[in-house]
Amino acid sequence: MKETGPTTGTAAEPLLELSGLEKHFPIMSGLVFKRQVGRVHAVDGIDLAVYPGETLGLVGESGCGKSTTGRLVARLLEPTGGTVRYGGRDITHASRRELRPIRAEIQMIFQDPYSSLNPRHTVGGIIRGPMEINGIDPPEGRERRVRELLEIVGLNPEHYNRFPHEFSGGQRQRIGVARALALNPRLIVADEPVSALDVSIQAQVVNLLRELQRELGIAFLFIAHDLAVVRHFSQRVAVMYLGKIVEIAGRDSLYERPRHPYTHALLSAVPEAEPEGRARERIRLAGDVPSPIDPPSGCRFRTRCWKAQEKCASEEPPLVRLEGSPEGHLTACHFPEAPTVHGRDVVLDPALA
Amino acid sequence: MTIPMPAVTEHGGAPAPKAPETVGRSPGRLMWLRFRRDRTGMASAGIVLFFFLVAALAPAISSVYGKDPYTLYGQDAPGLLNEYGYPVLPNGGISSEFWFGIEPALGRDVFMQLVYGIRTSLLIAAAATVLIVVIGIVLGIVAGYAGGRTDYTIGRVIDITLSFPATLFIIAFMPVVENLFVSPDEETPVWLRAVTLVIMLSAFQWAGLARLLRGQVLSLREREFVEAARVTGASPARIVFKELLPNLWTPILVQATLLLPALVTAETALSFLGVGMIEPIPDWGRMFLRGTQVYQSDITYLIFPGAALVIFVIAFNLLGDSVRDAFDPKIKR
Ligand SMILES: Nc1ncnc2c1ncn2[C@@H]1O[C@H](COP(=O)(O)OP(=O)(O)OP(=O)(O)O)[C@@H](O)[C@H]1O
Ligand code: SF4
Ligand SMILES: [Mg+2]
Repeated sequence: MKETGPTTGTAAEPLLELSGLEKHFPIMSGLVFKRQVGRVHAVDGIDLAVYPGETLGLVGESGCGKSTTGRLVARLLEPTGGTVRYGGRDITHASRRELRPIRAEIQMIFQDPYSSLNPRHTVGGIIRGPMEINGIDPPEGRERRVRELLEIVGLNPEHYNRFPHEFSGGQRQRIGVARALALNPRLIVADEPVSALDVSIQAQVVNLLRELQRELGIAFLFIAHDLAVVRHFSQRVAVMYLGKIVEIAGRDSLYERPRHPYTHALLSAVPEAEPEGRARERIRLAGDVPSPIDPPSGCRFRTRCWKAQEKCASEEPPLVRLEGSPEGHLTACHFPEAPTVHGRDVVLDPALA
Repeated sequence: MTIPMPAVTEHGGAPAPKAPETVGRSPGRLMWLRFRRDRTGMASAGIVLFFFLVAALAPAISSVYGKDPYTLYGQDAPGLLNEYGYPVLPNGGISSEFWFGIEPALGRDVFMQLVYGIRTSLLIAAAATVLIVVIGIVLGIVAGYAGGRTDYTIGRVIDITLSFPATLFIIAFMPVVENLFVSPDEETPVWLRAVTLVIMLSAFQWAGLARLLRGQVLSLREREFVEAARVTGASPARIVFKELLPNLWTPILVQATLLLPALVTAETALSFLGVGMIEPIPDWGRMFLRGTQVYQSDITYLIFPGAALVIFVIAFNLLGDSVRDAFDPKIKR
């Protein structure tokens, strides 16, 4: 089995390439004269590539900068450092005009189905919007195309003239998917598209996205806050912690042979029946995620890591392939775990012991 | 299956009691449905509409009634006013000919005065409302959407405007404007007074609406549907007009229905204080002024404009409350 790069097998050019991408939000203070008193290191230098037709999962705890990364990719935010390349073109600081030809190709699905649809527009108007903005006139006409899209995402085309408030969360999210598909994108950034939905509906929407991905060959940057959701959807998974990528690997390698302690901790929280019947290690992290305003020196995970040593505080671990890891499995840790999920239990929080 | 067929169709899922509608109910339509159920709202809407019809149809009413608001009937025809200038007939001279009586001294028809006075006041108040809404929308959206320094500047201007003693300023400033544009030996043209009034009323009232809309835009801007529009490449103009504005009509409409009666009272108050519309243009507020001068001998002359104004303002405020309730069923007490 090939663990690296695109699933298409061809060593294609990456569709999207982030290198050293950084987004620091200034913190302003002062009553009359605002001045900067600090910075939120929301995204702090990440390297990432998404290949055509591939699904890359991006996983991490709340506040680690996943949404910020997604918004940087969709160019809703201006990066403060690093570069974003799309199809070989540098779009890091491209203006709205310069982005015009690319806009259609990168689309986004949002987390909150209640705020992502304009309550004053009909479903038809919402899905037609992107076509109007980009002057796209499908041969069969926009309305027919919208009805077709509604059918593709599993909604009744007759609902064309309904308003969002008449739909359930899951249905709304499907409308959001239809809107994203309206421009025939090549890359969709899905920012926690199912976290706001009922568990029973989550699977339906994930399955829909998976079908679309397979049939239309769209690449996905799929953001989620736990590893369970992305498991069956992603070919590769990146784990993020406090603005940095700590581990990235092919799906099987990451789930079966994780090396980073944080990945181990995240995996131990995934409620999944072990096929072999062997008990999975149990890891409970103590404490909170440190503030991204003043992230820890060296390895950012060290404040919660049970293997942390002096080196971890002084030296930042590079994201590299470790000994014993397959090709394309990169980990940022000085003292990695054994490549297994059946290690000893680690319970750091005395309350949970 | 032991249940007979008819029972099945009756019990288990009767074939769609409400047929699946293909056209959804827009939020505006839902609001209208809620509003229609509100009796107070519908009644006050009727009263308000009546006032507007009277104002709009004043010339038609005048020709049917056969009188105008300018002719000095009491002075032209003897026997209508006594030697002190008060109507001869009781109740302010009410008769089949002069429905609401005759104005003391000048002898004009009170009914026509009131109809045309309402017309003047509503016209000025409506013009000011339109101006205020336009300024409020533009500055509110610009401040909320642009943010940063623009927002800060507009915010301070709003603060200053809101804390300004508006009535005092208008009373003090009106003669100044007149001196600027009109030489002392000329009479102030009516249009100049009207325009000055509209501008001055607007100048102090836009700030409230602008501040409200700024807040709304600030919260709307963070909603993901705005980002969704930006991801597809929407221009700022499209975002403002197609995404934000449709969500702002509710507060705008509510504010406008509360603003208009306030402006009518403000206009009448200014006329009462002598800085409103000038003779011979009939004016609601000035009728008050005259009424308070003569009320000891002719209370009727005060009652008609007074009752009309009280009814109008109360009805309009009730309407405003009903509109707000219809739009925001959640905050209904
Ligand atoms: N516009 C902003 N201004 C200032 N700080 C911001 C802004 N947007 C995000 N942040 C901060 O950046 C950090 C990362 O935020 P981000 O939304 O990317 O997290 P996330 O991983 O998506 O979390 P969640 O799972 O809760 O969505 C957070 O600490 C957040 O407070
Ligand atoms: S580098 Fe050190 S602190 Fe960081 S994860 Fe590895 S062992 Fe833990
Ligand atoms: Mg997020």
